[in-house]
Amino acid sequence: MSGFDQLRLDGVTRRFGAADALVGLDLTIERGEFIALLGPSGCGKSTALNCLAGLLPLTAGAIWQDDQRIDTLPPEKRGFGMVFQNYALFPHLTVRDNIAFGLRMRHLPKDDVRRRTTEAIEMVQLIEHASKLPGQLSGGQQQRVAIARATVLEPTLVLMDEPLSNLDAKLRLEMRTEIRRLHQSLGLTTVYVTHDQEEALSMADRLVVMRQGKVQQIGTPEEVHTKPSTWHVADFMGYRNLLPLKASQMNGDQVTVDLGGTAIRGSAQGAVAPGDDVIAAVRPEDVKLSDQGVKGLVEVVEYQGRERAVEVVLDGGGQDDPVRLHVRTEQRVEAGEQVALTVTPGRLLVYPS
Amino acid sequence: MSATWQHRLAERGVDRRLWLLLPATIFVLLLFVYPFLYGLSLSFQPTDGGGVLANYSKFFSDAYQRDTIATTLKIALPAALLNVLAAVPIAFRLRGRFRGKRLLTTILVVPITLGTVLTAQGLLNYLGPTGWLNRLLLSLHIVDDPIRLTNNYWGVFFSLVITGFPFAFLLVLSYLSGIDPTLERAAATLGASRAQRFRRITLPLLAPGLATTFLLTFVLAFSVFPSAVLVGNPAGSTRVISLAAYQAAYEQYDYSYASAIAMVMGAVELVVVAIVLVWRSRLYTGSTGGKG
Amino acid sequence: MRQIRATPLGWVIWAVVVFFFVNLAGVVLSVLVSSFGTKWFDTWFPSGFTTQWYGDAWREFTLFHVIVVTLLVSALVVVLSVLVGAPAAYVLARKNFPGKRLVYLTFLLPILMPPITYGIPLATVLYKFGFAGHLSGVVLANLVPSVPFVILTMTPFIEQVDPRIEDAARMLGAGTRAVFLKILAPLLVPGLLASAILVLVRTVGMFELTFLTAGPDSQTLVVALYYSMSAAGIRAQQSVDAMAVIYTGMMLVLLVVALRFVNPTQLVARVKEEPSE
Repeated sequence: MSGFDQLRLDGVTRRFGAADALVGLDLTIERGEFIALLGPSGCGKSTALNCLAGLLPLTAGAIWQDDQRIDTLPPEKRGFGMVFQNYALFPHLTVRDNIAFGLRMRHLPKDDVRRRTTEAIEMVQLIEHASKLPGQLSGGQQQRVAIARATVLEPTLVLMDEPLSNLDAKLRLEMRTEIRRLHQSLGLTTVYVTHDQEEALSMADRLVVMRQGKVQQIGTPEEVHTKPSTWHVADFMGYRNLLPLKASQMNGDQVTVDLGGTAIRGSAQGAVAPGDDVIAAVRPEDVKLSDQGVKGLVEVVEYQGRERAVEVVLDGGGQDDPVRLHVRTEQRVEAGEQVALTVTPGRLLVYPS
Repeated sequence: MSATWQHRLAERGVDRRLWLLLPATIFVLLLFVYPFLYGLSLSFQPTDGGGVLANYSKFFSDAYQRDTIATTLKIALPAALLNVLAAVPIAFRLRGRFRGKRLLTTILVVPITLGTVLTAQGLLNYLGPTGWLNRLLLSLHIVDDPIRLTNNYWGVFFSLVITGFPFAFLLVLSYLSGIDPTLERAAATLGASRAQRFRRITLPLLAPGLATTFLLTFVLAFSVFPSAVLVGNPAGSTRVISLAAYQAAYEQYDYSYASAIAMVMGAVELVVVAIVLVWRSRLYTGSTGGKG
Repeated sequence: MRQIRATPLGWVIWAVVVFFFVNLAGVVLSVLVSSFGTKWFDTWFPSGFTTQWYGDAWREFTLFHVIVVTLLVSALVVVLSVLVGAPAAYVLARKNFPGKRLVYLTFLLPILMPPITYGIPLATVLYKFGFAGHLSGVVLANLVPSVPFVILTMTPFIEQVDPRIEDAARMLGAGTRAVFLKILAPLLVPGLLASAILVLVRTVGMFELTFLTAGPDSQTLVVALYYSMSAAGIRAQQSVDAMAVIYTGMMLVLLVVALRFVNPTQLVARVKEEPSE
């Protein structure tokens, strides 16, 4: 199957009744890329994937594979591979027959089918399980069958719909590496849907962050991680501290905000003017316990192995609306302690609210 | 077709797979809807003339015919009600797993599959004046003369209980096992007594199922035909409406009049169905927490 | 496994159940005993036992022909109703489309209506077009409740098959035909068997519709039995009983087969709430 150079999604929109599941998705996928669609559940990422697969018709927009419009083709004519969240293995077929299914649908010669199926089974290390039924396999093994079944056809594009979400934590880490390795060694183009930001950051070449059916940001993992485009993205990317504050001073893109009586400098993301209500975002690991800075009282301490997650109530906040900061620290602190906090310079992002 | 149109239709669920519905739709239109409408229009074209509604006025003005409605309801309603009401405590008792449950339910299926004709034959033999039951009652001196249980109202009633009760029981049992038993345990931890638990938790969750069961049992009882002839008194106390329709069609060959009676029969049944459905729609019909 | 505890209410309930079963046994056994009895008048049991009534019934009622007709009608109804009903069940289980409620209700009505209500107009129409009085008319009439019944029985089986499995097959290049033949058909074998056997049991036992449409050569066993009963006095009571026993035997065989594939509750009805849209 000849590959494509570019796959272009052009204003892809899908409505369910009155609800917009996906609005105007524009995205260009280059050959060989690993793209992650990331967002909370219901953000439209799975809708986007199903539209791309042809399993869900579009309400508006078009999908182009180089110069060919493909959004009117049925899924079986697009030649894409797909790995499903629940694997969707054929329960009545053995591992071998599951993997050979696509090859048989293409009416390839028997010998070809046997050879390529065997190769695929070897690649995912399931030789001794080849004649078992899916019900007799563990979750991780089923996952590997699903991946082999989708990739044995050497599809131009592989779509993965939260493929790791049903696995336990340890297996998930192993499979992450495995999928990335397969992507590289087979030269696949992959679109990967996940709600796990860590998974997306570690696997993808580019991330597409979505919210309420709309794209929030498209960028490399580093861009999305360090410079989220909106406070919603920041929220999703692990900026647990989102503080509604007031901007006091501007200096270029440096903003000064008042936090618990202390002036703190952050970098403005978007249009912010002095006196505006803003949302300041900072990760827990970028807030440090120190001798001076913002004062507060430790409320909750969670022991997490090497580190502690600490929740601090800042002094000077109102009784009914106290300001809380989440802090990660290796220091030993206890609930009820009085502490002082500083923010690592340059790590406070200020968004218009 | 343009891509936009295809998209728009597909979005509403209209795609090529809908063709699969076609054979069944044609079938139901040709063999159910069309005959029904044909019968309806036939019923407005009386054989003897006399206006559009002549058949209906003939039916309702003739007490011998009109009374078949009451006769049918007088048999069907109590029988359906008894079947459902008796099924509830028994099913409640026998829910859950126990030894011999499969055997019990299997035996219960027997009378349903035997059908009304065989049941009628059995009832005639068993309940007849020289049947085993009367023989037993006579030899125990409980009665002095054989009691008449066949060729009257009671014969038909018993036949409806024998086929209808197992039906109701199995349905109620399946509804009951669909109710999560932890709900009752939760109520018990909140201090509800056995009776309160049944009254406040199980019964409200079961009620819609009971309504459905009643409906299906009623439909069975309402269409009583062979047993009304065979174990009933088809000229008098068990002259049910289906019999009137049959006689009009196959004894007087007045299909127009027969269709009119069939339409009356359908209408009466649908009225009862509608009343039960309206009552049922006011009940809680959501999830009952079980896997049923 | 749980033992049923004996409370006073429990005893009452058991007594009612036992009473029901005793009488049921009386009904069935009285037919059985009578069919083997020589003379039975005003005694507990017949004065002697014989199998002659079976021979009589077999000859007098041309039972061989009747049984052949019964099996033929049932087989045709089963095959046709599954062929027509299963695809419709698939669409109703899987898809939402405008007017689905109306379609569903139309399919449900033949089960909710007493057979006589639509049976008389249906028979009239079938006579008009020359179907009634023949095997074809009996088959057509019996299809009316059978197709909806297949739809009701199959729907939950289809709902149990994860639609993602069909999607996976399509993604692997399977067209609609291949999805049906290679994926759905093997997965739906239990459902197809269940609905086929249920329709078989119901068709063999269906009296009203067959009664209204059958001619002398197209009577099924249950209708022949009814005629022999209502014409009592002409034939010996015992040979009617013998015929009833043959019918019962046939039903019981079917029942035993059926219960290998379905549970007893399914034989009664497949209750499904209104489809959600």
